[in-house]
Amino acid sequence: MDLAVADIPDGATVMFGGFGGAGFPNNLIQGLARRGARNLSVISNNCGTGDGELGILFKNRQIRHVVAAFPGPGATYFQQQFDAGEVELELVPQGILCERMRAFGAGIPAFYSPVGVGTDVAKGKEERVIRGERYILEQALGADYAFIKAQRADRMGNLVYRKAARNFNPIMATAAKITIVEVDEVVETGTLDPEMIVTPSIYVNRIVLAKGIHNA
Amino acid sequence: MPKARLTREQIAERAALELPDGAYVNLGWGIPNLIAAYVPKDVVVYFHSENGILGMGPRAKPGEEDYDLVDAMKVPVTLVPGAAYFSQVDAHVMTRGGHLDICILGGLQVSEKGDLANWRVPGAKGAGGIGGAMDISVGAKRLIVTMEHNAKDGQRKIVKTCSFPLTAIECVNTIITDLAVIDVTADGLVLREAAPGFTPEEVQAQSEPKLRYSGKVPEMVLRKK
Repeated sequence: MDLAVADIPDGATVMFGGFGGAGFPNNLIQGLARRGARNLSVISNNCGTGDGELGILFKNRQIRHVVAAFPGPGATYFQQQFDAGEVELELVPQGILCERMRAFGAGIPAFYSPVGVGTDVAKGKEERVIRGERYILEQALGADYAFIKAQRADRMGNLVYRKAARNFNPIMATAAKITIVEVDEVVETGTLDPEMIVTPSIYVNRIVLAKGIHNA
Repeated sequence: MPKARLTREQIAERAALELPDGAYVNLGWGIPNLIAAYVPKDVVVYFHSENGILGMGPRAKPGEEDYDLVDAMKVPVTLVPGAAYFSQVDAHVMTRGGHLDICILGGLQVSEKGDLANWRVPGAKGAGGIGGAMDISVGAKRLIVTMEHNAKDGQRKIVKTCSFPLTAIECVNTIITDLAVIDVTADGLVLREAAPGFTPEEVQAQSEPKLRYSGKVPEMVLRKK
């Protein structure tokens, strides 16, 4: 576990999968907490629940900047640091957060979107009328590392997920230079049904076998 | 003694009558989250959750919770036959792409043009959170807002122009409150129904913009006859 995150430097940009307590790479997060990399820029739907999920990284003051859709009332350490002006937040509509990652992974540098037109989200963004409707320009969003959680990997890194624990994980896998996946089970290559593979191995760089930690 | 307005459950019950059979539906936080319990027996709808579920069933029974199967409020849920899992990107292809038939969200303010503010009270502590509300508001084929007609301090929530941070502009089709059902039209707000015991004038008094109505406004019906 600690080996998988041993090269993460201070100042790195890291994406974290997970939503609503499901699909968080909690063992990798704990590993990053032990590693102690600081000044991190993180991308995640939310900002932890108490000490759980990303909470431990805020508690340790390892994070400087966050891109998130819903930091969350349970994100105690983040909220304290946000109120104190110690951490920067870019708040992004959830569908745009993942679409910006999808664009990055797909080689699209930016795209026009109707979400947030006429709201605070549009501030500072180029607006354009296309076929009579207003749109704003959204930039692709990538990272140095993606920490994701899947249920099962084969030895090549093909991944399948479990239920709603899939959420952001397959998208983040495509949008980082190095994708590190935490799984409950590793199987021999060739034993996963190719029809069922959600994340093909091309997106996965490191696999860590670890019993999932849930923060219900 | 002021007259009794509808309860949150009754607002939810009335909103459930807006769901057509076979619809794909997303329900937001607050009152909308109560609606699933009131879907009429002869209507089948499929609930979408923006974390990647279509065909979400009721809350899981105690002892049967699976924390990999949760709704957008982190509550362990179940599936109905025909349900599917997908990623967050696909979940929002459905919201933003106009694939959901009806979305029902809570509201802090709705303007006479159908602008919605529902994610942040100015001056509130903390960072706030947008979640999926902006994507949902922009993409819904039909957007219903369920909320109390007035804020706790009595402020009117149906306003000429929203003063709170916006979720989306010109997105709301219908507002269902503890006082009324109001449709947003090109000609302004139309009072479709008033809560039992309330006159159109009383609903108007609690609404900042002019409500259009003519003659007798029907009483809000909470369940099918």
